[in-house]
Amino acid sequence: MIEANLPAMFVVSYISVALLIVLAGVRFKQSAQPLATMGALVAALLSIVGWIVVQANTDAGFSAIRYGFGGWAPPIGIEFVLDGLSAFFLMVVNGVAAVVLWHSAGNIEKHLDAHPPTFYALASLFLLGLNGMILTGDLFNLYVFLEISSLSSYALIAIGSRQAPLAAFRYLILGTVGGTFYLIGVGFMYAMTGTLNMIDMMDIVPLLAQEPGVLVALLLMIIGIGVKAALFPLYGWLPESYTQTNSISSALIAPIGTKVAAYVMIRILLYVFGATELNAVWPLSDAIALLAGAGILFGSVMAILQKNLKRMLAFSSISQIGYILMGVALMNPLAFAGALFHVLNHALMKATLFMVSSHLEHQEGSVDIRDFNDSYRVKYPWSMATFTLAAISMIGLPPMAGFFSKWMLALGTIEAGHWFLFGVILSSSLLNAVYFFGILEKVYLRRSGQKEASKDPMNEVSWGMRLPALMLAVALLVFGFFNAPVLELLQSLFPT
Amino acid sequence: METFLSNYAYAFTLAIMCVGLYGMFFKRNLVKKVIGLSIFQAAVIMFFVSLASKMGATVPVKWDEIPIEMIDGYMNPLPHTLMLTAIVVGVATQGVAFGLLVNIWNRFKTLEEDVLHNAIMEDSDD
Repeated sequence: MIEANLPAMFVVSYISVALLIVLAGVRFKQSAQPLATMGALVAALLSIVGWIVVQANTDAGFSAIRYGFGGWAPPIGIEFVLDGLSAFFLMVVNGVAAVVLWHSAGNIEKHLDAHPPTFYALASLFLLGLNGMILTGDLFNLYVFLEISSLSSYALIAIGSRQAPLAAFRYLILGTVGGTFYLIGVGFMYAMTGTLNMIDMMDIVPLLAQEPGVLVALLLMIIGIGVKAALFPLYGWLPESYTQTNSISSALIAPIGTKVAAYVMIRILLYVFGATELNAVWPLSDAIALLAGAGILFGSVMAILQKNLKRMLAFSSISQIGYILMGVALMNPLAFAGALFHVLNHALMKATLFMVSSHLEHQEGSVDIRDFNDSYRVKYPWSMATFTLAAISMIGLPPMAGFFSKWMLALGTIEAGHWFLFGVILSSSLLNAVYFFGILEKVYLRRSGQKEASKDPMNEVSWGMRLPALMLAVALLVFGFFNAPVLELLQSLFPT
Repeated sequence: METFLSNYAYAFTLAIMCVGLYGMFFKRNLVKKVIGLSIFQAAVIMFFVSLASKMGATVPVKWDEIPIEMIDGYMNPLPHTLMLTAIVVGVATQGVAFGLLVNIWNRFKTLEEDVLHNAIMEDSDD
């Protein structure tokens, strides 16, 4: 019973939490943060259950769990599909979101100039949109969930510095153009196939492989999703949004927002249009891989030039999403497993790094990289240790998990015969090392003005903030050590 | 020419779409950008509706005089229902956009992009 209804329960749990927060918030402002955390935690547990059920089903030879809304059978009605890939993304998104929302308790008073219940209701709606995008099996339904998550993320980003509403407005203009382009693409596909259901369309698309209309539709959809995923020339909204928003929103949106867009890219490129031998007719996925490669280099170089830690992390996000999109576009099992593992790693790393930057913002009031010196090591030993773990994983040094995803991606580029992209991965790791070692050198080696910096008292944030960040960083180490079974599972998700 | 005449509705929606995009990216006033956004979304709605239009078809309610197998006799309701949802999404987007504009106005007392740019430059000098 619970198994058949499982796909719908994610959305139900988030919508009820969002409404409950608003209602309870009238009397009890303090209840908003625990309620939102609970909602995300319930969804995270549900996604683990979903993963186990799906794995058991696959072993037993059943297909994915399909839930038709309103009792309408799938090709006519809208359905939610829970298969291995969506279960994996649900675990990453809901797990990271639960930890970030737990961590946010310490930041509410100092960094949230908004009414907390409003903020957490919006955060729950944002997560609802992302969960819906992951679960839906219907192209138009995906557009609706995309807009739900986008609209709430505009509002979440607008809460922040003086310039934050302006950054959110730019994102709104670009994001709406992206969403609408996707919608036009859906219209083209509906006109040609007469269906909106992804699984149904998979059977029809191969018959139309030579039609130019399919290419137009696919291009429009990829441009639309590319805006949300910050694919290289379409990244314009990202750096300002992540820099100007409050530290809770950036820690919530940066690790998972772009990942879900990458998931939609996987669904469209590898599933809906997967059987069409796209590259035999048009070199579209090669073009995406090259654009992603350009984004990797561009993001890394821009990150080196930044003086603000949050803006540096934002540009490094552009570079890291490039890895994921490249792995998807290479269309081979090795690169695919690397991309999925990088989704997990980057969600953990970016969440950790943005949490630590919120610790510094909380205690120091600014996150200017030029102010970093060895007094930070004494004042924030735990935060800095956490930062170092995540930074090492970001650069891709073993035994951290970041090494193994890059390793798989590099193997994937060789498998696909793209030596240029192999070079991009290697050089980008070096560039990552430049900007992260720059910070580590300042924190652990550079002398501050006073001779004896060690006299500074420890000024660490509360354990309620230290612990979640540390947990994610340690998870990176654990996934690094146990990479083999994880990679094997992820490789088995590659569509045949 | 023939294909143009039979598809002129699409040419018009494309033209409207371009007007909307022009407004969003080249107008310097933020309210005009929102106007461009709404024109752009309206163009897409018209695209879907003209996609589903049929000459001489009736409303999609089963009627004894037209057998159900005669698909040319009935309209396809799906694109229209989809567009109802898209209209709601568009209204919500504009609501959020105007909310952000009110916020920007309260902070900077202007909605002209050039003036905002200068104000931001002054902010970052401090």
